[in-house]
Amino acid sequence: MNEPVNPAIPLSDLPDVSRRNLFRIVGATAITAEMLAGQTAKDAPAPHAMTGMSADAVAANPKSLNGGPNYVPKHLKPHQFKTLRHLGDLIMPADATSPAASEAGAAEFIDFLCSRNEDLANIFDGGLAWLDQYMIHKHGTDFLSSKPAEQTAVLDLAYGTRGGAPEVAGGAQFFTWARNMVVDAYYTSPVGVKDIGYKGNTVRSSFSVPQEAVDYALKRSPFGG
Amino acid sequence: MFQVQRSPEVHDVVVIGSGAGGGTTVKVLTDLGINVTLLEAGPMLDPMKDFKEHVWPWEVNHRGSGPNAESYFGKQQWSYWNAPNGYWDVPGEPYSIAEDSEFRWFRSRILGGRTNHYGRISLRFADYDFKPQAFDGLGFDWPVTYEEMSPWYDKAEGFMGVTGTHEGFRSAPDGNFLPPVPPRVHEMLVQRAGKKLNIPVIPSRMAMLTKGINGRLPCHYCGQCGRGCHTASAFTSSQAMIFPAMKTGKLKIITGAMARELLVNDEGLIRGVSYIDKATRSEKQIRARAVVVAASACESARLLLNSKSTKYPNGVANGSGVVGRYLTDTVGYSLGGNIPALENMPRHNCDGIGGMHVYVPWWELDKKNKAFPRGYHIEIGGGFGMPQLGSFRGAASQAGYGAAIKERARQQYGTNINFAGRGEMIPNENSYCEIDNTKVDQWGIPVLKFHWKWQDYEIKMVQHMHDTFTSLIETMGGRVANRGFNPEAAISKGGQIIHEAGTVRMGDDPKKSALNKYSQAHEVKNLVVADAAPFNGNPDKNVTLTIVANAWRAAEHLAEEMKKGNV
Repeated sequence: MNEPVNPAIPLSDLPDVSRRNLFRIVGATAITAEMLAGQTAKDAPAPHAMTGMSADAVAANPKSLNGGPNYVPKHLKPHQFKTLRHLGDLIMPADATSPAASEAGAAEFIDFLCSRNEDLANIFDGGLAWLDQYMIHKHGTDFLSSKPAEQTAVLDLAYGTRGGAPEVAGGAQFFTWARNMVVDAYYTSPVGVKDIGYKGNTVRSSFSVPQEAVDYALKRSPFGG
Repeated sequence: MFQVQRSPEVHDVVVIGSGAGGGTTVKVLTDLGINVTLLEAGPMLDPMKDFKEHVWPWEVNHRGSGPNAESYFGKQQWSYWNAPNGYWDVPGEPYSIAEDSEFRWFRSRILGGRTNHYGRISLRFADYDFKPQAFDGLGFDWPVTYEEMSPWYDKAEGFMGVTGTHEGFRSAPDGNFLPPVPPRVHEMLVQRAGKKLNIPVIPSRMAMLTKGINGRLPCHYCGQCGRGCHTASAFTSSQAMIFPAMKTGKLKIITGAMARELLVNDEGLIRGVSYIDKATRSEKQIRARAVVVAASACESARLLLNSKSTKYPNGVANGSGVVGRYLTDTVGYSLGGNIPALENMPRHNCDGIGGMHVYVPWWELDKKNKAFPRGYHIEIGGGFGMPQLGSFRGAASQAGYGAAIKERARQQYGTNINFAGRGEMIPNENSYCEIDNTKVDQWGIPVLKFHWKWQDYEIKMVQHMHDTFTSLIETMGGRVANRGFNPEAAISKGGQIIHEAGTVRMGDDPKKSALNKYSQAHEVKNLVVADAAPFNGNPDKNVTLTIVANAWRAAEHLAEEMKKGNV
């Protein structure tokens, strides 16, 4: 059972190199598809949506997956969603190199899966409720309305060097899930792929590695240059 | 009222299963002009629809977790991205496991079978692998020699397309190779470490095309072979063998057909096959002059054992009682490490072919006083892979939160290395499968019950693997990701490496074997078994290449016998 995929980027938006790659792949596959006898030809589907975008093309113009201020959550209530999006940006904020988790659609990703999985929904519903209750008891306001220093104070307790402090033990499971899924969402997004510097998912006529990388690793290894 | 539908047509050859063995049989027989009817329990494969090659994680809204977040709860059968219809638990098709045993049974239900899902490592068995008993007294000799098999390996490699180089190792015979792929940076470090430790690290032998052959395009080095290859540059029986056979007009494919029983006539020959048409849940019977069973080692044993008759009360071709016995899998153990020399390495595309570009063949064949018999090969993982769910959770957990997560992830990306040992299991009396008479699957077919026991040989081999991988990682200046090691706990479960073999073994003596040297049943000359079930042993060389070579030989022999009128 395949999930519907996001709309493919129109061919006209692709840089030339990627377009050629795409045509090459699709053209080549026609040979294989043509080999299928009449048995399947009648229900031959469209090719699985693929943008044909190389990692370089992704990095040149990394698409934001932020659903924007008017995003309508699929499972979470609007307040929960805003809280999660903000929490995500505290877990993975913008830095000099790349934007924050909201540009990776982290909250949208988690919200979508909560709409598909009750166990996950329970973890996030309960965790977000716990977080607000904790902040209200401690500071008199919910997480979103509390001061930046109050917000980071709870993250220090949750993710600090000593791990989950007893004071935030009730939120421990939620904090683990939230960080895991925010980080997952980040690096499976265009901004994350650009940030980490993955260069593949493309078509090459031969394989080689740059001498610069070989020299770099050898020089730093016990084997010397 | 349901009735059994019997077709009067007599098919030349009915092949059951479309993986490496079934696909090869289909190719060879249709090339020889013989009409073949192929039964596949799963659906037709449509590579363009079914293979998710080149799709980025964000192009599906669950990013690869599965539509219902399955991977987050350990409920994913097989990676979402990988070729479809591979299962650790086939819905509605359970199996039983004996008390005190552990076993996992991977099954594919789609045209091409497990060739859609395998790693494409293609290693010849060595001379001593065919005569293990003569070599060191353990296991069972095959009724064929390496010299007899070698020309069939040539054919198999030549047709599939296998990378490699001529190295002259007795444990890893050289073959009919396509050019190798240059090593990645971390693989060069492994080569240096190997040199220091006297461990050979040689170009890998993989069924990916570094040159176009047989109408298949050369590899485009995206590293996504496991997802299925749109250009058929990575071998599958479906794309390389069965689709071309469909064009000959000699092949009829019946999908959604779960073989239930082989039907026997008064002379004790196979007269046809009973199968369940999954779409209608009804039994159908087709008649056949000959049947080739290639349903995977355990499914093939199950089918023979379920084919009981007055003539064959223990199941067809099982007068010897060996069907289901001597089940083997590969010994598996993996160890990862982190290599600081690779931190912050200049980014580059190292996708390459899916899997390793270099590997370690067994290198201690001639060593005296080893703690265990036979040996293992080492598979190597690492590099700048496409980020996926889970790739950076470890870095994040070390960093805490905030900008430190990104810094840690950038530093660690591409620094992990993994060594996987794949070793030989000696067949034993306590590892086998049999029919569980108390349970049927959703098609009404009695299921298998698995019994499994590793011997001390395998446990000691895992200790050797651990010590070797540790010294490789440390020689590279790396740190072992060690969470305590206990070989009995660390060894793979039976079935987990997905190299089951030996359940319908061949031999010269009909009292001790089910098949002759051509994989033809001693008792039933129009029955051939063409997967890994006929194997008398399971060396440290993945089974697929030998399945293809052996099935090729068996199919040509069957064709000759049919031509002579013996079948």
